[in-house]
Amino acid sequence: MQLSREEEDALDGKYGDALAVAYRILLAIGNAMDADRLVPVRWAHISGVNYNTIGDAGLAFLERISMDAVANNIKAKVTSTLNPMGYDPVKGYDDDRFVERQERIRKAYEAMGIIGSYTCIPYEVFPIPARGEHVSFAESNAAIYANSMLGLVTNKESALSALASALTGKAPYSALRVEEARTAHTMIDVKHDIKDEVDAALLGYFAGKVNEQCISFRFRSGLVEGSPIGVDGRARINAKALCSALGTSGSAGMFIINDVNSATHDDAKYRRRIEYTSRDAMMVKDELSDEDDGNAIVFGSPQLGLNELGMLANMLKGKRFKKRCLLFCARCVYEEAKRIGYISPIERAGAEVYSDCCSCLTPLISRDEVDSVITNSVKAAYYLKNWNRVGVCLKSMREIVRDECYDV
Amino acid sequence: MRCKGIVKGYGEGYAIATAQPINLLSIDSNGIVNDSAHILNGKSIAGRVLIFPNAIGSSVGAYRLYAAKVNSKAPNAVVCSKADIITASACAISNIPLVECHEFDMLMELCSKRDVIATVDATNALITLRMEEMR
Repeated sequence: MQLSREEEDALDGKYGDALAVAYRILLAIGNAMDADRLVPVRWAHISGVNYNTIGDAGLAFLERISMDAVANNIKAKVTSTLNPMGYDPVKGYDDDRFVERQERIRKAYEAMGIIGSYTCIPYEVFPIPARGEHVSFAESNAAIYANSMLGLVTNKESALSALASALTGKAPYSALRVEEARTAHTMIDVKHDIKDEVDAALLGYFAGKVNEQCISFRFRSGLVEGSPIGVDGRARINAKALCSALGTSGSAGMFIINDVNSATHDDAKYRRRIEYTSRDAMMVKDELSDEDDGNAIVFGSPQLGLNELGMLANMLKGKRFKKRCLLFCARCVYEEAKRIGYISPIERAGAEVYSDCCSCLTPLISRDEVDSVITNSVKAAYYLKNWNRVGVCLKSMREIVRDECYDV
Repeated sequence: MRCKGIVKGYGEGYAIATAQPINLLSIDSNGIVNDSAHILNGKSIAGRVLIFPNAIGSSVGAYRLYAAKVNSKAPNAVVCSKADIITASACAISNIPLVECHEFDMLMELCSKRDVIATVDATNALITLRMEEMR
C-alpha cells in the first residue's frame, strides 16, 4: 500500500504512539485486503466499548492509546461514535469492579473526542451522510445496514480498524470500498415467506453462512415496492433484523435486493444460486432456538428504534408481561419515545427499559438468574446461547406479546 | 510453501487447523475456543500455529486475540486462506505473525493427518511444515 510522506511519518511515530498504532492497523489491513492507498472517511463508528468483551487487556490498550493521544494533541479527525457499553449508567449495576472498569473505558474513548453515543444503531440516531460517502463502521449490523439500505460505503470494520479510522480519518481502499466489489455473485432465491422480523433474521443467519462479502436476495414478491425488506415501517424492522443476523453468522458486509421487475434485472449474472425454503428456515431456527419457553423476555439486539418502541407500546395497551422483560434501546431514542408517550405503556406492562447497553454480551443476563430467554432477535439468540450459555426460545414480537402477557 | 506476508514476524508451533471460520469473540483470555457450534470448541490455540479460513461475526473479536496475547496464551502465528479486517487488525496490535495461504486445501490436508510443526516466516512469506517431534 502506498503511503504519503505524512502517513509514513505518522507510522514511524513522529506524532506519537497512538497515531503510529492507528497507521500500523490500517497498514496490516491494507496489506491483507490488497489496498493500494488510504481514502478519507466521513464517520467512524467504534465497537469494543463493553468491558465484558474487551476485558482488562482491552482497557489497558485503550488507556495507553488515549493517554498518548491526549499528550500529543491527537483527537478524532472525523465524527466518531461508540457502540453500547456493558450497563446502563443511569440504572447502575451491582458490581463495583465492573462499573469502575467500564467507566475507565468510557473516559479513555471520550478523551479522544469520540462521542459517547453507546448505541449499535447509529443509523437511527445520527444524520446520514449523502449516498456514496465512505464511512468506517465496526458493529456488523450497522455496516451492513449502511451499505445495503443507505448507499453509504464501508467495510465490515473491526473495533480496531474503526478506532484507527477515527484517529486518522482514513481507511484502506479495499473490498466493499471498491465499486466493482459491490456486486453479488451468489443469489439466494427466497421461497419462504418473510412475514416478520424473525423470518428476516433467520434468512440473514442462513445467508451469512454462505461466507461471501456481498449477497443478493430475490424475494417471491419480486418487487422492491412491497418488499419485506426496506427503510420504512415493518420493512425497516425486518431490514434491521436481517442485517444483524447476517453480521452474526458470517463475513458478509452487504446485500442487494434482486428486483425481478427492474430494467437491469438479469439472473444469468449470478455464478451461484441457492434456494432458501421453509425447510432451511426451520433448520436455522432449530439451531438457534432450543427451548419452547423461557423465564425472561429480551427485546433489542440491535437496540430498538423509535418505530419498534411505538409498535410495542401499541401492542401492550391494556396488557402486562407475565415474566421479567428486559428491553434495550438507544438513550436518545428512549428520551424521544418518552416524550411521545411510548415508554409509559411499555413500563406499565412491566418491562425494564435499558439504555446505553444491549442484550448482546451484557452481564445483566446471566445463567445464575435465568435458564432460558424468549427473544425476537437472532443475534441475541446466538450470543445468549453461545456466550451467556442460556437456553433460547425465538418468537416474533407479536407472538411474544400474544403468549407472554395477560390482560389488565 | 509460499504465502503472502501480512503482519511481519516469525512463529513456530504445532499446527491447529480448521476449515470452519472462527468468531474470534469466542476465544477467551486463556486461548480456549468457547463456541459450541465450532469444531475447535474447548480446544486451546495457545502456542500453536492457528490455521483457519477467516474470522466471522463480532467486530470486537480482535480484542480477544489481543487479550490472549497479553496473557501469553495467543497462537505463535496465524495462517488464513482469506485474511480479513478483524484478524489483520488483531495480529497488528498483538505482534502475531500473519500470512495468507492460497493453497489452503493442501495445507488443511497436510495438517489434518498427523501432528505437524508449522513454521511461519511472515517477513519472507514462507510456511514450512515438519512431521517430527518438537525439541
